[in-house]
Amino acid sequence: MAIKDAISLEGVRKDFGDFTAISNVTFDIADNEFFTLLGPSGCGKTTLLRMIAGFEETSAGKIKLYGDIIENLPPNKRPINTVFQNYALFPHMTVKENIGFSLKMLGWSKSDINDRVAEMVAMVKLEEFTDRKPSQLSGGQQQRVALARAMASKPKLLLLDEPLSALDLKLRKEMRSELKRLQRDTGITFIFVTHDQEEALSMSDRIAVMSSGKVQQIGNPSEIYDTPANRFVADFIGEANLLNATIQKIDGEKIICRLQSGQILTSKSSSKVNVGQSGTISIRPEKLIIKKQNFKGQYLEGKLGQSTYIGTDTQFEILLDKELSLTVRMQNSSLTSENYKNGDQVFLSIADDAAWFLLD
Amino acid sequence: MEKAFNVKQYNGFYFITCLCLFILYAPLLIVMIYSFNDSLSITRWGGMSLRWYYEVFYGLESEKFKLAAWNSLIIALMAATIATIVATAASIGMVRGGHFKGKSASFGLISLPIMVPEIVTAVATLIFFSAISFKLGVLSILVAHIVFCIPFAYLPISARLQGIEASYEEAAQDLYANRWKTFWHVLMPIMGPGIISGFLLGFIISLDDFIITNFVKGAGVETLPTAIFGAVKQGIKPNIMALSTLLLLFSVFLVTLSYFIGRKGNNLKTNK
Amino acid sequence: MAAGAGSGRTMSSTFLPVRFWLLMPSWLIIGFFLALPVLLMLVYSFLTKEFRGGVIWEPTLAAYDQFLFDRGLFGDDPPQIEWKYISIFLRSIFQATGATILCLIIGFPTAFFIATRNENTKVIWLFLVTVPYWVNLLIRTVSMKFLIRDSGPLNELLITIGAIETPLKLINTNFAVQLGLFYSYLPFMVLPIYAALERYNFTFSEAASDLYAPKWTILRQILIPIIKPGIIAGCILVFVPSLGAFLAPDLLGGAKTFMIGSLIEDQFKGNAGNWPFGAASSMILLSLVMIVLIYYARAQSKEQV
Repeated sequence: MAIKDAISLEGVRKDFGDFTAISNVTFDIADNEFFTLLGPSGCGKTTLLRMIAGFEETSAGKIKLYGDIIENLPPNKRPINTVFQNYALFPHMTVKENIGFSLKMLGWSKSDINDRVAEMVAMVKLEEFTDRKPSQLSGGQQQRVALARAMASKPKLLLLDEPLSALDLKLRKEMRSELKRLQRDTGITFIFVTHDQEEALSMSDRIAVMSSGKVQQIGNPSEIYDTPANRFVADFIGEANLLNATIQKIDGEKIICRLQSGQILTSKSSSKVNVGQSGTISIRPEKLIIKKQNFKGQYLEGKLGQSTYIGTDTQFEILLDKELSLTVRMQNSSLTSENYKNGDQVFLSIADDAAWFLLD
Repeated sequence: MEKAFNVKQYNGFYFITCLCLFILYAPLLIVMIYSFNDSLSITRWGGMSLRWYYEVFYGLESEKFKLAAWNSLIIALMAATIATIVATAASIGMVRGGHFKGKSASFGLISLPIMVPEIVTAVATLIFFSAISFKLGVLSILVAHIVFCIPFAYLPISARLQGIEASYEEAAQDLYANRWKTFWHVLMPIMGPGIISGFLLGFIISLDDFIITNFVKGAGVETLPTAIFGAVKQGIKPNIMALSTLLLLFSVFLVTLSYFIGRKGNNLKTNK
Repeated sequence: MAAGAGSGRTMSSTFLPVRFWLLMPSWLIIGFFLALPVLLMLVYSFLTKEFRGGVIWEPTLAAYDQFLFDRGLFGDDPPQIEWKYISIFLRSIFQATGATILCLIIGFPTAFFIATRNENTKVIWLFLVTVPYWVNLLIRTVSMKFLIRDSGPLNELLITIGAIETPLKLINTNFAVQLGLFYSYLPFMVLPIYAALERYNFTFSEAASDLYAPKWTILRQILIPIIKPGIIAGCILVFVPSLGAFLAPDLLGGAKTFMIGSLIEDQFKGNAGNWPFGAASSMILLSLVMIVLIYYARAQSKEQV
């Protein structure tokens, strides 16, 4: 391969006593990529990040940075920097001193440090605050200092450990595009850790979804969302109707399944499947359309249940039978004339690519 | 009708608090007042005068007290400095050392000088020095003081360190600082107020000590407390009261200093 | 959750590899200059005394024997229980207990009062209570001696206002010693109780009052049980140093108020000059203190379960 990967993990594992926090994780991250580790808390994503940074030793496996093995180096010998969740800005140093810290440790001359610090301060737009202490800054400003400090030495890899979690919603959304811009401008490879799927989907080039110490799926945001690899990913990313089903017939790409409640549904899958196998069909609520009249094409029949108004959308509960119900989400703008009442007989239109079959 | 009551208010507690402060301060204030007494008799009031302060600095016994004060100061400074360094290292080892076998034994050893009654420490130290034929003098006092200053310095320092998140050290290491630089540039400045409190506490405790010093000082060597004790044994003279007042004011100065440093330390901590 | 994942409280590995080097100096200093000497003291308590201080390296139980039994002037009478030293120990325990109770009676309301002030005045009250703790103990004891002398300011004041006619005989009494101990260690009682009250959530008291509990019942049945560890800590901080105190009994007391501290001091600095006996007395004192501390540690670990 001509271009080396920025970082590659080969069979990385971490045990804390009897507990295995990370088991056998292998993946490569390309140069200049915005890569996200996404998962619920306790899935091991922070532990994995800390192993890459050097704060935790690996129990097994290799970590390579541009081809060099680094898993035995201490953190101060790795050209990798971290933006901490709580920022960890040194409280006794000014903004300038915080940003210049790594350069001082690397033995840069005073004037070089000053030049680079000025450059970084301009990059994160904190020119007026250089002599303040961290405690005199707002959360968003502290966040920028943390970013500038971590990027000052031009690390080969930047690790971000839930850096937006301490900010309020509005600021968090602003910082998303800001982070994306910084990553593009500097060309530094980012590994971003989050439990917030919206953050992951909106910023990342690729996402690794993690659960109980294992990587469940790696792919770009639309792959992860539209073609989940398993039930966990389908359930964790966005909302999904998950229906137990058994394969009855395979017709090219089309997989014809029978639901538990008896209905027949055509779906697609990325896995190799055989007739007779059972699994789960995942349908996103926004890919279902409610109709009052019968029509041609694939549909399921049901009764309208609870409806919940949630601003831009309305969410409906459709009862297929006594136990099985589906969630449907429709934009309010497309719902003007028709009047939906509890108990109405309705038909759910399901597009060909809306149903996704997952092997158990 | 019974009135509504406040669970934070009990009748008489205010009175007892005032009584408590009265008991704590009355003897000290009386001695302070009588130190300005012009009379030769310690009982009768003979008008205001600074003569006993003059006596402390230039009187017959002034040389003895000056030498004792000098010994006290030197010993307290050195004992507190060494104990602070040792206690700072020990705090990092304990607080940042994770779990290890014998951790509670280690804590027990560090706090041993606080747990063992002073008089027992004094006896044990004297016996030890005599057994190894260690010459009693300023050096023996210093060694004994270092030992009991360590836990007193350890307590505020480790308390401060416990309040500091480990991510500061990780951030420093992440930004290419080695272990020593991490300590010097990051951990020590953040621990600063704790280290200063630890030093001041050790300094005061050393300056204060009578029992252990009395045992290990050897003939002819005096610190301020042993010199005062020796003088008091012959009766309380006005110059002792003047000297006590000076020492008292020095203590109040130190506690005020440590109080303000502690406040500053709290400010530093609110970093969120 | 994985060990520390996601939280800022993860264990840093920065200083973990060198922890034993960091701990070594304190271990060596305290181990060599205190733990070892205490062991040596134990050995000395079983050696033969040499007159005018020091020991002869011949093992004997003489020191402990002297403590417990009277064998007459020449040591050949049938042994009888020697009450002299036992009574000194009992008196010490009695005095220390008395001082602890006095400190608790004054200290608890004081700590409560300070803990319930608002943030600004609290600091001032706390400062006022802490200052005496920093003042030299010798000076404080001397001040107390000066105050309660036969012809001291207290007696003069009482005579002047006509409360008494002849001076109160305070100095050289058990009461004077107890007052001195109380005065020496009062801040030790206030501070831990104050710290416990700072952590106490007063909504417990409010809940109790809401459920019809009278005021003093709230104190007895809710507040005191919850802050008990602080109260016990305060009692120990007063009791332990009181037990081995030297200055208060020496300066404020007389021959009849002899306490352990003075007894031990007498063996090394005073006229008695019996090192093994002093070492044995110290060992007995140390054992008493250790019993109290172990009891305390047990109580503490029970609280945490």
